[in-house]
Amino acid sequence: MTSLLVARDLRREYHMGGELVHAVRGVSLDVDDGDYLAVVGPSGCGKSTLLNLLGGIDRPSGGSVEIGGERVDRMRDTEATRFRLLRVGFVFQRFYLMPALTALENVELPLAEAKVARRQRVDRARELLAYVGLGARLDHRPAQLSGGEQQRVAIARALANRPRLLLADEPTGELDAHTGADMIALLGQVNADGTTMIVVTHDEDLAGAAKRVVHMRDGVVVDDRRQDGR
Amino acid sequence: MLAVLGVAVSAAMLLDMVMLSSGMRASFKNLLLSRGFQIRLSPKGTLPFDTDATIGDASVVSSTLRAIPGVATVSPVLGGQIYVTVGDRTTTAVALGVDPAVQGDYEIVAGRSPRSANELVASEDFMRASGARLGDTLSAAAGFDPQLRVATGRRALVLVGRAHFIYMPAAQNAVALSLRTLQDMRGEPARDRVSLFMVRAASDDHVDDVLSEIERALPRVTAISTETAMRQVDERLSYFRQLAVILGVVSLGVGFLLVTTLVTVSVNERLGEIVVMRAIGVARARVVLQVLLESTAIMLVGALAGLGLGLVTARYLNSILASFPGLPAAIDFFLFEPRDAWTALGLLAVAGVLAGIYPSWRGASRPIAVTLREEAVA
Repeated sequence: MTSLLVARDLRREYHMGGELVHAVRGVSLDVDDGDYLAVVGPSGCGKSTLLNLLGGIDRPSGGSVEIGGERVDRMRDTEATRFRLLRVGFVFQRFYLMPALTALENVELPLAEAKVARRQRVDRARELLAYVGLGARLDHRPAQLSGGEQQRVAIARALANRPRLLLADEPTGELDAHTGADMIALLGQVNADGTTMIVVTHDEDLAGAAKRVVHMRDGVVVDDRRQDGR
Repeated sequence: MLAVLGVAVSAAMLLDMVMLSSGMRASFKNLLLSRGFQIRLSPKGTLPFDTDATIGDASVVSSTLRAIPGVATVSPVLGGQIYVTVGDRTTTAVALGVDPAVQGDYEIVAGRSPRSANELVASEDFMRASGARLGDTLSAAAGFDPQLRVATGRRALVLVGRAHFIYMPAAQNAVALSLRTLQDMRGEPARDRVSLFMVRAASDDHVDDVLSEIERALPRVTAISTETAMRQVDERLSYFRQLAVILGVVSLGVGFLLVTTLVTVSVNERLGEIVVMRAIGVARARVVLQVLLESTAIMLVGALAGLGLGLVTARYLNSILASFPGLPAAIDFFLFEPRDAWTALGLLAVAGVLAGIYPSWRGASRPIAVTLREEAVA
């Protein structure tokens, strides 16, 4: 199987309160196309920072990230923005939907940014919301949706431009156990339908659903193994 | 909503100041040109009706003026006071001696213009104060001799018309009668004398030429064109305009700061959403545009509300300022012209865009990862 994502000796340092923090210290990863990887570890171990570096929303202090053969770490801001729009989907713990927009309009947003024609983007947004089980809630605004529903809209938004890679940071972190289980099932379905996934999580159930689990501690990978039979 | 209201108040003040800065000038110009006379002649070194001075040998001056090429109409005016007795009530009024055929001081509202020497027209205020009615014969005097204790220049005059006096202050008792009659009533001091001449040039394009000719032919009078008068008005009103500009700039600044503060607070509250937009691939320029549109929209909504508010306050302020003694009732301090509204809207739109620059820069320039980390900690 070919590697979709290759990270080599990734490092990220930043200053916080006058101290130099080594958030990620020499992480190397190969993620195959279609893989489903969970990054786990204690709080502050560098999981989210690693995810940001892999997705091109943060610039590494050293090392390299390559997605689909393109060096993300060398991209200028505008290139990285365009790359994220078309190639990478992001899901965050707090959903971060636009409160003034309906579910349909939230999903349309990245499509509009990619200059997809209106008719096509409405069709695509409807299709995605039906896919995540919200076909009947197209015109609801975020405030009218439950946490689980908002996260589903966020997943639909992340998949809008058919990215090959979906990055999720604690996607079940704000959800109760029952809703979290539904979300885990949905993410599994997204992966089964061909999207490569990397999730950062404290949720053992979510990590348990991944094909591969990477353990981090103090900014380094301390364990990286495939789960049985996956 | 409160912020929009704040912007509306600021916009209303700006509109009022724009109206004030140009309104009185435009209103004064309209007034001067309302009857088509572009040139006014007054005694040397004075402005029309600035003093009690008069021009002597008025008939000669009048003939000289009529002989100047390009002069279409010459309208002499003598100002004075008359005392009109109706029953046992005596009413004082400003009197204008004019040539009714070419006069430019009043417009007939009811009845007709004087046709003979013993007829006069009066303002509504005079008729109300004196109790006189159209058709009444009034006993009028031009003065009072304190030694003989008798009225001087007494005449019996028939009231033939009610008129609106163009240059008179509000609530002014005013009458107009033939020039010769008023001169006769005032006696020797006014014999063949007038307070001013109003001259209508045959063409607006040749006013300056006619003015030059008048100055050359009549060096003992001061002749000013409407343009010259406007320049003098500009000088006298420069205080008003400066005040209007300063207050306008202040109100624009207040609106600008209000919107900047409002949008900055709004952006700060939505930093998470904004950086997530950036994270999912929304361009920095789009974020900037969005925030600029937001600030401009707030400013314009406030401005539209402010236009209505501005017109109401302008009308109220105008009614206060217009009641200053001695000002022609036709003068408006706050004259609304569509151009004023567009000017105010344009300034506010520009201020709205400028007000969005700082918050849009703040929103678009935030590092995504750092902001997400801060949001997570918060």
